Amino acid sequence: MPLTASPTTTPDAPDQEYLWTLNFGPQHPATHTTLRLVLTLDGERVVNSVPHIGYLHSGFEKLGEHLDFNQYVTIVDRMNYLSPLANEISWHHAVEKLLNIELTPRCKYLRTILAELMRLHDHLLNCGTSALDLGAFTAFLYFFEQRELIYDIVEYASGQRFHTSYTRVGGVMFDVNNDWVEKVRSFTKQFRKTHDEVHRLLTRNRIFMDRTKGIGVLSKEQAINLSCTGPVARASGVVRDLRKDEPYLAYKDLDFKVICSQGGDCYARYLVRMQEMIESVQIIEQAIENIPAGPVNVDVGSHVVLPAKPAVYRSIEGLIQHFEVNMPNKGYEVPHEEIYAATESPNGELGFYIVGQDSTRAYRARTRPPSYIHFAVFPHIIKGHMLSDVVAVLGSLNIIAAELDR
Amino acid sequence: MVDLPKQPGLPDNVFMTRLDAAASWARSNSLWPMPFATACCGIELMATASSRFDLARFGAEVMRFSPRQCDLMIVAGRVVMKMLPVLQRIWLQMPEPKWCISMGACACSGGVFDTYAVVQGVDRFIPVDLYVPGCPPRPEQLIAALIEMQDKIMKTGTFQGSEFSGRTEATGPIPLELEEIRRSREAKLVDGLDIFQPPKL
Amino acid sequence: MLDLQPLIEKFGLTQSEFRGNRRVVVAADRVYSLLETLKNSHGFNMLIDVTCVDYLEYEGATDRFGVVYCLLNMSTGDRLIVKTLINDPTPTLPTVTTLWMGADWMEREVYDMFGITFTGHHDLRRILMPDEFSAFPLRKDYPLKGRGERHNFPVITRSES
Repeated sequence: MPLTASPTTTPDAPDQEYLWTLNFGPQHPATHTTLRLVLTLDGERVVNSVPHIGYLHSGFEKLGEHLDFNQYVTIVDRMNYLSPLANEISWHHAVEKLLNIELTPRCKYLRTILAELMRLHDHLLNCGTSALDLGAFTAFLYFFEQRELIYDIVEYASGQRFHTSYTRVGGVMFDVNNDWVEKVRSFTKQFRKTHDEVHRLLTRNRIFMDRTKGIGVLSKEQAINLSCTGPVARASGVVRDLRKDEPYLAYKDLDFKVICSQGGDCYARYLVRMQEMIESVQIIEQAIENIPAGPVNVDVGSHVVLPAKPAVYRSIEGLIQHFEVNMPNKGYEVPHEEIYAATESPNGELGFYIVGQDSTRAYRARTRPPSYIHFAVFPHIIKGHMLSDVVAVLGSLNIIAAELDR
Repeated sequence: MVDLPKQPGLPDNVFMTRLDAAASWARSNSLWPMPFATACCGIELMATASSRFDLARFGAEVMRFSPRQCDLMIVAGRVVMKMLPVLQRIWLQMPEPKWCISMGACACSGGVFDTYAVVQGVDRFIPVDLYVPGCPPRPEQLIAALIEMQDKIMKTGTFQGSEFSGRTEATGPIPLELEEIRRSREAKLVDGLDIFQPPKL
Repeated sequence: MLDLQPLIEKFGLTQSEFRGNRRVVVAADRVYSLLETLKNSHGFNMLIDVTCVDYLEYEGATDRFGVVYCLLNMSTGDRLIVKTLINDPTPTLPTVTTLWMGADWMEREVYDMFGITFTGHHDLRRILMPDEFSAFPLRKDYPLKGRGERHNFPVITRSES
């Protein structure tokens, strides 16, 4: 039976003699990467927890001030490494909003498909590892096989299986071909089978339910007050999805549902993620059938994208255009302005606050990382639970250390 | 395995070898990795251990998260200032004989993160036996590195672990580059700020 | 869409708009009362982000730091960016954790990276950098590669471990 949250000691009096302190992390299997918690325990019950982060702080935002808009993609990639392309799309979404660039229809659809593949990518690993932490190894292996198929698709498009650095300001690195489209189709066809299998393994599993139901409950008011977004907020009944509320890319034309739940516990977060995967597959299926023909990058005359390689090698105009994009003071004009733009990344609202100056580098490139905000929630929802519930709650919040610390 | 010439009078199911070779053979085929996974490379390490690539084929699937039970540390991902003392402590806690693989560009050299917080290569502060390039390396590459590691253990391993005693210096580059010193002298010091002193181990 | 006119008169705001982002600039001593009004009377119940920009090398800037609050009204989807400018030697602002609990870690990060003190914050410690660290890395006068802190560790060699 799930234990109800009724602490015998109040957190206001944490200096009682019988309380003991447990250090959890930074190197611990269930923390996934590098988190550290200092837990105050009354027997096995958590009275208080103090997260310590920064064990992976690598100065992303400082680097963003020293690299130009296209170079910084390689760094943004490494932020949420479960879904690298989603970060790239979000970063370039913000840059394109700053530069006022309207993408071509083909690029919009292509990026939509990639963003949804990344949502699958992220949710697959998250559902897999949160089950793994609770002792269910099989689901993790089943889902990792699906991740490998997505790796193959992404590798076919970009040449890299993990950190793709695929998007560019005003488009993508190269266009995809029909074989790629066929690959995506065959992926979506077989995906639901694995998804159903894991559903049967986990969703009605007695042990899994006991360990997740009623654990780590986050109420709707708390979720809003603590700035939660994405699946964490939607599992608490906050109906908000940037794909619907502030449609970007091709989401306006596509038919999908926003998955919400009332529970607010770990089980609800798991269910929301599982159901979002099905919605993502539906989005991919619609988008891949309707992907428009035509150029994938914006017009070369805008001085934003590099011209196609044959044009560079065979014509003087192409060569000049190529150099103009690369030369300082000849490339695109960046307004002396500030902008905040966000997309719905798998983890929540991933936003960028960019301060532009008269060069192709940002003056300030602030990230609004969903993991950081969700980890701040952790001490509030773990109070009164058992020590073994710590891993369940950590798994369901989907904390990615590189995004957490940047 | 070294097969020594057969002694007369021994039965067929007995063969002679050196103790060093027998120990190295056993050690190399049952490496227990300690995944010190901090970032993206950790996910590729996971991929290597899971269904498609299956590290178990090389006898190294027993990932143990307690350093006391491991003999191969795989440093996967960037190590930053706050994490390095933890890494060093974990390395010191591992029992002999032990080896270290530095996986990925960030662990080898800092990679793209040439910033104030990232240690520019873990080999400056702990000994490293094998470097795996790539950002992140593909699982095949990690498997190749593991085979290479086994080969190295077979070739150099001794029963007493005496092959390590000659390595008295850090393997990495000199911890301070000239440019770094110059920059630290030129940098305008803000009032009241001094250079950060890490806690002693 | 929120009508900003009464607020502009009441708090002396400067309003601007750029590509759909509505922004107001407010004086540092009025920022708390403005945010309180926005939250309690105008439904801005979610604080999306708190961040800071160091304008030391920015062309045409007159103040050193700009602290930015991104607000969101959950029921209408209305967004508003509130900015306030503060200066050395003691950049200080009142905390907004009393309004939104989510501001807790965001303010700690701003403190860690820029050294801006939020008075009234219940737990203002460094969050990303080690406690012993003494500089503020995202300030413009701090070099990208640091001042050699990253090399400042004891070395363990193979023979002694």
